[in-house]
Amino acid sequence: MRYVIIGNSVAACGCIEAIRKVDTQNPIVVISDERYRVYSRPLISYYLAGKVDESKMYIRDEDYYEKHKVETLLGKRAISVDFKNKEVILDDESKIKYDRLLIATGGKPFVPPTKGFELKNVFTFIKFDDVKAIDEAIKGGAKKAVVIGAGLSGLKAAEALVKRGLEVTVVELANRILGSILDLEASKIVQAELEKHGIVFKLETSVDEIMGADRVERVRLKNGEVLDSDIVVFAIGVVPNIDFLKGTELKINRGIVVDDHMRTNIEDVYAAGDCAEGYDFVFEQQRVIPIWSNAYNQGETAGYNMAGVEKTFDRGFPMNSIGFFDVHMITAGIVMPNSDDIEVLVKHDREKNAYRKIYIKNGRVLGFMFINSIDRAGMITNMIKEGLNVESIKHRLLDEDFGYLDLPKELRQEKISGGAKA
Amino acid sequence: MAKKIFPKEEVCVGCHLCEVYCVYAHSKYKKPTAKAHELVKLYNKHKDTKPTPRILVEEKSGEWTTFALQCRHCDDAPCTKACITGAMKKLEDGRVICDEEKCVGCWSCIMACPHGAVRRGENKKAASKCDLCLELGEPACVKNCPNDALVIKEV
Repeated sequence: MRYVIIGNSVAACGCIEAIRKVDTQNPIVVISDERYRVYSRPLISYYLAGKVDESKMYIRDEDYYEKHKVETLLGKRAISVDFKNKEVILDDESKIKYDRLLIATGGKPFVPPTKGFELKNVFTFIKFDDVKAIDEAIKGGAKKAVVIGAGLSGLKAAEALVKRGLEVTVVELANRILGSILDLEASKIVQAELEKHGIVFKLETSVDEIMGADRVERVRLKNGEVLDSDIVVFAIGVVPNIDFLKGTELKINRGIVVDDHMRTNIEDVYAAGDCAEGYDFVFEQQRVIPIWSNAYNQGETAGYNMAGVEKTFDRGFPMNSIGFFDVHMITAGIVMPNSDDIEVLVKHDREKNAYRKIYIKNGRVLGFMFINSIDRAGMITNMIKEGLNVESIKHRLLDEDFGYLDLPKELRQEKISGGAKA
Repeated sequence: MAKKIFPKEEVCVGCHLCEVYCVYAHSKYKKPTAKAHELVKLYNKHKDTKPTPRILVEEKSGEWTTFALQCRHCDDAPCTKACITGAMKKLEDGRVICDEEKCVGCWSCIMACPHGAVRRGENKKAASKCDLCLELGEPACVKNCPNDALVIKEV
């Protein structure tokens, strides 16, 4: 038995750790086109801001691969998979045999065709090498930046660039920032915080052309405005990194289609993380859920099944915890419902700049967004996951001191004891 | 076998001494021989901030029931899977610990913890959670609870 994993991020970790819980012997091979050992992509903005150094980018100890008996092929790109002969073909033409394969290639930046994209100092914002290159540009004297996209990664990029002393303008096609996780009222709270730190927003427009002789000098927007700029960062979003598999018999919709065992339509081939399209328990449909913990859980589930221990993961749904400067927010589940049989609980404490909004359907929490009032939010996340009926306690869910005392005694004791008794 | 601390809400009087001893046990300024009442001195040393207990006493106005909750050291530990830095980890002996040097305060653990048992620590820089008092041998909250409302058991 030989396990092969294409990809080397958190889904790969989940897979390795699950396999090694039940199979300590058979070889595991990890292939990655990046030369780094497993690091955290969400931390790249922290690296750029100077908050973490290179040593803290790595999410597992230095002896991780050795301890887990993993052979790594780093800096090598998988260019195709021969599913019939069970081989992964690398860019150096070598072939890696597998018995069980996990595809965990994650996402790649989505960049619309843009005139001037080839100029120097135009970047994307996903990989460690991206921020190392941006860092070089800043050290080379870049003072002004245009960030395209006001989603999670675009705003983390903008925050980091401000912390490095740059003047930053964020360009966003939608009418508000963080449109995937916040409603209009909530997004205004966050936007005000970012503006307080000097970030300028250009909403409802996009980039028409990046201009300059050799490197970026100006950016022209679709609304006609022209901005001086030394660097441009594309952070519009990610799409599954699966181009090398297109045209094969592997079933792909938006991502690689997997069942609740993370099995694909091809025997012995599994997929997990941002390249996979699994079941979203809250949206009740197959979706790509590009969320860190989801990737770990999917990778872990794949790992168990690859090693012959049947496990399922059918509780995936989106959730985010993120902060900019002094504003922190946690959101989960459906945050912009479009049906009218949903009850909305909302509380906006303007003095504390705190906002809590919860959606309830048929007595169950469907989603929530909490800003600047996030303590114990995991209890609500867990209610979504468990489908707990909150009818009798819903008046308390908006309160900051909501806790186990609000649950019926038996339920709270069961949750705290996990079955064991004091 | 993993050890866990269990609260007995029937006998908890809500005195918060567990919080006091917890803060003391985790203070970098503590002395092995000192008593909890030296907290006054300790608070002065912390200057810009207040130390955060890793235990949480739940109480509600108008109700008699109180109890102290801390990390359940879950077998499945969702916080470790949500952690973007690798700071939150499950050790082989079953404890879940947070490497506060590594933590960047993204609060993914707070998003993931089903018990609401992870707190934002001093100056809200890093996650603060029960480590079962690694070096003391016995959790300070259990040892010092005046009414035996906390017990540690192997499960």
